[in-house]
Amino acid sequence: MAAGLIGERGSARLRGWLLSAGLLLAFILAWHVATLPEAGTGAVDPEYAKLLGAAAAQGQKSAFPTPAEVGAALWKHVADPFYVRGTNDMGIGIQLAFSIGRVLTGYLLAALVAIPLGFLIGMSPLLHRALDPFIQVLKPISPLAWMPLALYTIKDSAVSAIFVIFICSIWPMLMNTAFGVAAVRKEWLNVARTLEVGPLRRAFTVILPAAAPTIMTGMRISIGIAWLVIVAAEMLVGGTGIGYFVWNEWNNLSIPSIVTAILLIGLVGMALDLALARLARLVTYPE
Amino acid sequence: MTERPLISVEGLAKRYPAASGKGETTIFEDLWFSVKRGEFVCLIGHSGCGKTTILNVLAGLERASGGTAIADGREIAGPSLDRAVIFQGHALMPWMSVAGNVAFAVRSRHPDWSRARVQEHARHYVRLVGLAGSEDKRPAQLSGGMKQRVGIARALSVEPKMLLMDEPFSALDALTRGMLQDEVLRLCREAQQTTFMITHDIDEAMLLADRIVLMTNGPGARVAEIVVNTLPRDRSRHEMHRHPHYYRIRNHLLDFLVDRSRDFAREAAEGGWDPRHPPEVRPGEAEPALAVNNAAPERARSSHHTDVA
Ligand SMILES: Nc1ncnc2c1ncn2[C@@H]1O[C@H](COP(=O)(O)OP(=O)(O)O)[C@@H](O)[C@H]1O
Ligand SMILES: [Mg+2]
Repeated sequence: MAAGLIGERGSARLRGWLLSAGLLLAFILAWHVATLPEAGTGAVDPEYAKLLGAAAAQGQKSAFPTPAEVGAALWKHVADPFYVRGTNDMGIGIQLAFSIGRVLTGYLLAALVAIPLGFLIGMSPLLHRALDPFIQVLKPISPLAWMPLALYTIKDSAVSAIFVIFICSIWPMLMNTAFGVAAVRKEWLNVARTLEVGPLRRAFTVILPAAAPTIMTGMRISIGIAWLVIVAAEMLVGGTGIGYFVWNEWNNLSIPSIVTAILLIGLVGMALDLALARLARLVTYPE
Repeated sequence: MTERPLISVEGLAKRYPAASGKGETTIFEDLWFSVKRGEFVCLIGHSGCGKTTILNVLAGLERASGGTAIADGREIAGPSLDRAVIFQGHALMPWMSVAGNVAFAVRSRHPDWSRARVQEHARHYVRLVGLAGSEDKRPAQLSGGMKQRVGIARALSVEPKMLLMDEPFSALDALTRGMLQDEVLRLCREAQQTTFMITHDIDEAMLLADRIVLMTNGPGARVAEIVVNTLPRDRSRHEMHRHPHYYRIRNHLLDFLVDRSRDFAREAAEGGWDPRHPPEVRPGEAEPALAVNNAAPERARSSHHTDVA
């Protein structure tokens, strides 16, 4: 009976995988067909032709790369990800590492501020009321809007990017921590009170574990946003990082490289999310 | 009045701002009763009369609006390890194991103990409530009755002077409830544990309590009288209904809950009822003829005055 159930679940999963693979194959096939070379089309928007240069002007080949071209570019980048040939020419692995480094730095700094502050806000209704207007105004500001201000005051593009990550990842963690702490079940706090548990011990052994799942949800939202924002931030500040890489390849008109980068950005984002989901599972408790 | 009681409730009152916005609602007022050392006292009353509030005041979790509650000669101003609470909803921490939940309490009582000693002490109490083998389980893996056992182990593990229980078994099925009542009876007897318990189960009160405090309906609830349980001390759940006192006490309690608790104010106005000294009655020892008639409210009322000790 149990084995049958597991088998059923396993086969459902297998069918899911098969369907995914089928969809991917269909997508690549459609992509392939859509980008097949066409014979003599002169009807290209001149503005666009100017922008794309030779490839479009020749008119014999679709402007968009074929799956094979993207595959080749992907292979080229992945086969040698860590080369350095000068400041403007580094492997995609190095660029991703720069981005991940910035994201993690800004994100961890944000966690260092957001979680203790969220704790205080969650514990003190007064502090909550006092800080709420500021949070409500600051939260909806696009993190990129801070960029000029950061560049002007910090005068360092790398640190500015980290600051932008910091500012965008702080809000979900702050809000979730405050909410999680404020929502700790009264009966658990009463248990701690009747046992004369001191404030510090209560914070670490009752409130923190009780609120941990909610805090982790905030941390997971934050890492997603940070990874979204880093690409845009690096496009603005330049220098290094996957965002800069995309921008640079756009200037080189290397569309296959851009598609490669897009794919890798997605994969890294998924990996970050999975890592936090794994962490979240460690702190959740069944009721 | 030979010995000073462990808990003494003196003129306790609780009021809330009225829902209408004007004035106050009195949940209860002018409550007087006490719990002696080693005694098991049950409080019975209808839902909403303020039983949980009283227990919270005794636990130090809530402040009364008037009067005082005195524990061991000192006014209760906050929670204390000397007064352990068994909560209605067991209130176990789901992220800790069974032994971890108990150890959390032990560590509070003995912060200077080594980790091993705390664990040993905690595991001892887990075994004491019959949960040997479940020490490392999470509360989510336990049944309702087992969870409540952990709650009992946690409360007993701090070796409190006083045990406070708020309808600890009301969420359990009858069979589990009976087993836990036996368990509590055994543990409290063995340790001569002073216990104050809220219930609305008459049989539970008669099995466990030495004295039963009867509360009238709210708002403005009072302690109407205190019933002395004259069943033999070594009573058991299976045997006690054979005792001649059983039905007399039971009818008296039932009569109170069904009838007298509603308009006790009128009854109090008739006779010389004094809130500071609610009558202590022994319906179990009443004349058999009267006891049988206890089912009839009119006769019960007249009989209870003759019972006043
Ligand atoms: N914060 C509050 N504001 C107003 N009324 C309250 C509040 N808390 C409890 N009450 C009222 O106090 C009464 C007593 O509650 P409680 O002690 O829980 O009763 P019991 O345990 O006997 O059922 C209830 O009628 C409830 O509505
Ligand atoms: Mg209650």
